[in-house]
Amino acid sequence: MSILAVLEQRDGNWNRMSFETLAAAQQLARDLGTAAAAAVLGHGVAGLASEIASSELDKVYAVDHELLKDYTADAYTLALGQLLEKVRPRIVLFPHTYQVRDFLPKLAAALGKVAVSDVVAARVAGDALIVVRQLFQGKVNADIRLAGEGPHFASLQAGAWRADRVAAGAATVENFSPAIAADAIRTKPLELFRESQRALDLSAAEIIVSVGRGIKEADNIPVVQKLAEALGAELAASRPICDAGWLPMERQVGSSGQTVAPKLYVAVGISGAIQHQVGMKGSRTIVAINKDPDAPIFEIADYGIVGDLFQVVPELTEAIRKAK
Amino acid sequence: MKIIVAIKQVPARDSQLRIAPSGLWIEEADLSWEINEPDAYALEAGLQLKEKHGGEVVVLCAGPARAASTIREALAKGADRAIHIEEEIGSLDPLASARLLAASVKDESADLILTGLQSDDLGYGQTGVILAELLGLPHATIVMEVEKVADGIRVKRELEDGWFQHVEMPLPALLTIQSGISKLRYATLMGIKKSKTKEIRRVTAEALGVAVTPAGMAFERIYLPERTKRTQLFEGNPREAAAQLVEKLKFEARVI
Repeated sequence: MSILAVLEQRDGNWNRMSFETLAAAQQLARDLGTAAAAAVLGHGVAGLASEIASSELDKVYAVDHELLKDYTADAYTLALGQLLEKVRPRIVLFPHTYQVRDFLPKLAAALGKVAVSDVVAARVAGDALIVVRQLFQGKVNADIRLAGEGPHFASLQAGAWRADRVAAGAATVENFSPAIAADAIRTKPLELFRESQRALDLSAAEIIVSVGRGIKEADNIPVVQKLAEALGAELAASRPICDAGWLPMERQVGSSGQTVAPKLYVAVGISGAIQHQVGMKGSRTIVAINKDPDAPIFEIADYGIVGDLFQVVPELTEAIRKAK
Repeated sequence: MKIIVAIKQVPARDSQLRIAPSGLWIEEADLSWEINEPDAYALEAGLQLKEKHGGEVVVLCAGPARAASTIREALAKGADRAIHIEEEIGSLDPLASARLLAASVKDESADLILTGLQSDDLGYGQTGVILAELLGLPHATIVMEVEKVADGIRVKRELEDGWFQHVEMPLPALLTIQSGISKLRYATLMGIKKSKTKEIRRVTAEALGVAVTPAGMAFERIYLPERTKRTQLFEGNPREAAAQLVEKLKFEARVI
């Protein structure tokens, strides 16, 4: 057994990134000439496990325990530690979700290992797997070699593999009941809640003008507001702008905000850190306006203007008004 | 409440980065340095808890001599004292870094350890959680609010897609703090003056009995990413660049 994909569910609903991880595990197993398996943790997960069993996998582990019903880092680490001891995979893949970020470093450290978090690509080199992750908010890439004895752990960035590439097949489901003592769980998770109903659905917008730190202060927001009006676009923002209260939280695009894929996305003064990119990189046409030619946003932009947004945006607004 | 806040010094935002000839790290000369932004929010959370419940805020930082300026700033903002693990940690993996941090605080018996949810340089988002594991503490990540309750703390965690969750746990515990959750304070003139007499305990890895070597992962090489898309860039005069862009959006991309 060589690659294990650990999938994520909550209250019986899949986290859609699980299927990206599944597709990655299948692909890398093919490239490495080995087999892939999957695991799902929770309570009463037999149904979910059998859904996954129609994929090209050796086995699906339904890791079931009543203390896995509500996520805790302690219970998940214990359960996975026991599963790994039994299955002994060489490579263990996870979706890079908030939940995985909460327990994977602990699980790996408990085994004296380091997980490679937020992986964007992987390739096979001989017997080893080279994984790629980003440093410095996406400005630099790093290659890391996973060689030798496992288990090697990696979490995969949203969108780095395609969920629709999961290959069909037939796997057997195996139930696994970990031993978890109630007093081993030190945290007490309470109900999930939302602060307010989200009034604005940015995903319906055809054109979005999005603003980032480059705007410098709240009083400058009208500069991009006018561009949005000229384009008939919704105004959105990266996280720091909403944190500062310059635009409401419901206009935030990125991993902690909304995911959008309009036909035109204009990023103004946004450097394009990973957390922002995952929320907008599916846009059909991406325009970036930024003073830093090395800003990661230019890696995914179709068109870009390198320059001072306070000079460029008013000119662009004017040019769009004329062109319409 | 005795609170330790682990902070890191990172290259200033918008730094122009160059890869060192080794291909394993960046050129550090000529860079300017600042506190890792999420750690600044962890410090703010620590200072607010101290103001509310009393106690002490101890700043913990691993980094070479230059990190002293970031430590001084934290003291000027109101931290009481500091521990500086004076080592080049550069590209060190998060388990190796956490081992250094753990060794330096295990005798402090803190009630709470806070740190930012991730660093703006390596960006693993792991050091805090690993530190909790090494010290045998419960933890919570991506924390927005911390509230003291009868038998411990109750925190508000951020989840995906606008969801939140309250989690309770006993003390001592470790929390990684989300960026942007409150307004950061500035150091006052009085704070800056006072910081000069505050204690900074300097320790080395050798004295802690910990190796500054990769614990489980090392870079094979680092490099500037190749562009996955061919970006058409318009430079020069803003008016001309804007006109060229509109032309392309209208006739090539056909999106306006």
